[in-house]
Amino acid sequence: MGDSLTAEMITFDGHGGDEVEAYLVRPTDGQPSRGGVIVIHHLPGWDRWSKAVTRRFAVLGYDAIAPHLYSRVGRGLSPDDAAAAARAQGGVPDEQVAGDMAGAATYLRGLDTSNGKVGVIGYCSGGRHAVLTACNVEVDAAVNCYGGFVTRDVPPESGMWMTSIIDQVPGLRAPMLGLFGNDDVSPSPEDVNDLEKVLVDNGKSYEFHRYDGAAHAFFCVDRPAYRPEAAVDGWERIETFFGRYL
Amino acid sequence: MCSYTTVGTAVAGSAKGPNGSWFHVTDATVYFDHPVHALADHTLNIDLADPSRGPSARVAVELDAASARALVAAIQQALDSAPAELTA
Repeated sequence: MGDSLTAEMITFDGHGGDEVEAYLVRPTDGQPSRGGVIVIHHLPGWDRWSKAVTRRFAVLGYDAIAPHLYSRVGRGLSPDDAAAAARAQGGVPDEQVAGDMAGAATYLRGLDTSNGKVGVIGYCSGGRHAVLTACNVEVDAAVNCYGGFVTRDVPPESGMWMTSIIDQVPGLRAPMLGLFGNDDVSPSPEDVNDLEKVLVDNGKSYEFHRYDGAAHAFFCVDRPAYRPEAAVDGWERIETFFGRYL
Repeated sequence: MCSYTTVGTAVAGSAKGPNGSWFHVTDATVYFDHPVHALADHTLNIDLADPSRGPSARVAVELDAASARALVAAIQQALDSAPAELTA
């Protein structure tokens, strides 16, 4: 681990061969052979916090990449403008996200420092996308931070394309770490129970931690939802989990 | 939580947007979700946009729920106060 990093904007081949922009952060003086981490941003977009999280994984010694799920909206835009336009179009299809994450994993494994291991982590809608990725893409570990609508559909009136992906969970290809707030309503504790039951019934490797006094987005340091006790413990869980599998 | 619920409607009017320029707006998108800037976990967000001019042709507002309801009431009061023939 070290604080000396190299950060840059790159592109990789995503779903359908489309060019996807991404924020890539690498340790400057890291281990010569190391794992990679994909950071999936939340529905509001490829924002400053998501990029800060990406840098944190590089500090931990990983090559870290944050793909921009809304790349196709246009290049050189303010990320919040791109997110608003993507939302107005109903979001991005799951198939496209999975294809983009496959491209990101291939990109990381193609780096000269790669040890072949790739993990994925996402927050909020990105948590759901991390589960989706672990069900459809060859990754070695997945972290689901309070991903909603994994076990139930988005209401029809939502105008969004997201649906439950619980039917895909029996095909989960990697161990999963789940971090949830007990005061969250999406995913609610019952939603988390439903996901856990499918994991248990299918003999999947998983580890869930649920925090009292925390609701949605408890990792977000610049929001009122930030809960330092849960976030600090959660980060320790993430470091241990990725350290084990990557 | 994330509700993801997003309501879109066509509008006709103008907004003062990026670079202080006025532009015609054709679409409004309304949703209750995490804000980009407002100091709240969730806000009522309104995007007034002209998609034909690209994603940057947008005026964005993020209001806490009480403010959003107050705005709805204020809009309704202003409309109700005008002669009916002007607001039909």
